[in-house]
Amino acid sequence: MPPVVYAVSGGVSKFAKARPDKTFQAVVKEAYDYAIQDLGLTFAQFAELVDGSVASYFSDHFQRQLMSGIMAQDYLGLCPKPGHRVEGGGATGGLCFQEAWKSVASGHMDICVAYGFETMSHVETWKGNEFIALASDVSFDYPVGGFYSGYYAMMVTRHMKEFGTTVEQMAHVSVKNHVNAYYNRYAQKRNRYTVQDIRSAPMVAWPLTRLDICVMSDGAAATILCSEEGLKKLEKAGAKIARPLVKVTGIGRGTDAMRMSDRPHVDYDYFMRHYATGQEQSSDETRAYYRGLWDKGFRYPGVHSFRAGRTAGNMAWKHADIADPLHELDFVELHDAYTSSEIQTYEDLGLCRYGEGGPFAASGKAFMPGVDYGLNLPEQPLCPVNPSGGLIACGHPVGATGLMQAVFAIWQLQGTIQEHFGDGHLQVKDASRGAIHSHAGTGTYVTVSVLEREA
Amino acid sequence: MSRLPTHRPETLGGTIVHNIPFPKVLNEETLSLLKQMSPIQIEQVYQITYLHSYGQDSPFFAGLTNGVFLGCRDPQTGYTYATPRGHDMHTGEETKWVALPNEGAVHAFTVCHFGSEEFLPECPFVLALIEFEGADTLFLTRLMGVDPAQASLDWIGMKVKAEYLRNSKLKPTDVYFVPA
Repeated sequence: MPPVVYAVSGGVSKFAKARPDKTFQAVVKEAYDYAIQDLGLTFAQFAELVDGSVASYFSDHFQRQLMSGIMAQDYLGLCPKPGHRVEGGGATGGLCFQEAWKSVASGHMDICVAYGFETMSHVETWKGNEFIALASDVSFDYPVGGFYSGYYAMMVTRHMKEFGTTVEQMAHVSVKNHVNAYYNRYAQKRNRYTVQDIRSAPMVAWPLTRLDICVMSDGAAATILCSEEGLKKLEKAGAKIARPLVKVTGIGRGTDAMRMSDRPHVDYDYFMRHYATGQEQSSDETRAYYRGLWDKGFRYPGVHSFRAGRTAGNMAWKHADIADPLHELDFVELHDAYTSSEIQTYEDLGLCRYGEGGPFAASGKAFMPGVDYGLNLPEQPLCPVNPSGGLIACGHPVGATGLMQAVFAIWQLQGTIQEHFGDGHLQVKDASRGAIHSHAGTGTYVTVSVLEREA
Repeated sequence: MSRLPTHRPETLGGTIVHNIPFPKVLNEETLSLLKQMSPIQIEQVYQITYLHSYGQDSPFFAGLTNGVFLGCRDPQTGYTYATPRGHDMHTGEETKWVALPNEGAVHAFTVCHFGSEEFLPECPFVLALIEFEGADTLFLTRLMGVDPAQASLDWIGMKVKAEYLRNSKLKPTDVYFVPA
């Protein structure tokens, strides 16, 4: 019997361009306090019960401060309990969530708090881009013109060339995520845009415009995970935890080479054996579709696809006993640092086949029902992707982002979006299972976690 | 009509301040008002020079200095890296140096209209991943001789050739590519 790990609470500071009003520790405390108060416990009660923590933040450069994690641990009153920091680029928050899951699943802790943060406003935007670009090989990549938007733009030119993906399809992602965020009071950007707005925004790295790209943010998020025993302890202390409970049922991770140039270009047989989803392997039509792609020169993953994402997804789906993610998930919060990477990730996660991410983006399947996007969408919503607004609209304080996704997923599954957002538009009706996806670098670390409401 | 700027650029730097407003009298009321204060923000400078070693990849840079584009090859399988790598990712074997052709093709590209602070003065510039006959992986480079204002997917597949800086900087940009 696999260990049961519950995700019982979460909190998010409102993401903002800058939070000079507080130090990073105090911003973390906002998210932490919210998660505790949502349980109905006091700071002191929770401090007594919690067994330890995992801290998540990406860059020491942004704050010019090493060991920020222990400063947050101290400020939260968690010393001398166990804790450690995890770091894995943009996937830092997702890794943190999974490390907290491991702490509980292993039996090492009954109650673990995962908290993450980033304060990106302490440097100017273009210096921030330089820091982020240092997460590329400093011998061979960074000196050529290190710029993550440039790296992703290269991926998408290849995606467009291979599959015919269009900039208008990418713009659909931006319109969707911005309009969703319009109803999310935690989001940094709450604007309604049109496809034309996205395309006429200043060009950053062709063909990505400023509205195809997430922004830098200050912010924090925290989630509380526990075992059956931990649940009893929390409730004995007076915690009010709504039923049905939310538990973590699937964990997956994958990795890839730091340098995009090193990514393999494998053949059809290798792809089918090692990367194809169970659905893809079992469908004659899909096998023929992929055979056709390879006949036209397609190779996997190349620079257009993320094998780390496919590996993480396949692993998580297997763990959670999911065969058809598009129809068996009620929503996905995924790492849309770029509109193009949301499209790439649809394919990695098996929401559609490789090469079909562009049409999928504009189909309507990933949109929220009952929300007016001002778009003519040919199909009905099926599995909303980034109902919160994602990174593009919520912001991307790196170490907090993956945990923000976890918090929003917990609220979706608890059915408490109205309560937390102050608006019910983004509540996925009867949501019983969702996935969160966190992604680093040019696809170097990727995590996928499945959260589920108990029957 | 081109779009006119509507905001003045936000930059650091400013005025040296020698006094900060603060209550002249401290009592419960004025101490409580300190909670209403705006945050004080100061500039902190962080500057460091690293002695970075190219280690086992060093001959690649020596090659560029001499107009030679080197790659790495697994001696058993022949798997060839267009960006140097001391050991093969599949076999774990130490690779050997091989001279790669000076001509290749554009595999993917972008035009950077913005960039990291270090490269902002060079915008717009073209980044490209180049593929080579006989190599299994790609090489990240600058593509010159194309118009950044005319970016087109037709550039993918374009034949390109290597050019070398006469005055080497011992950086990967000592080589760049132009249409062949």
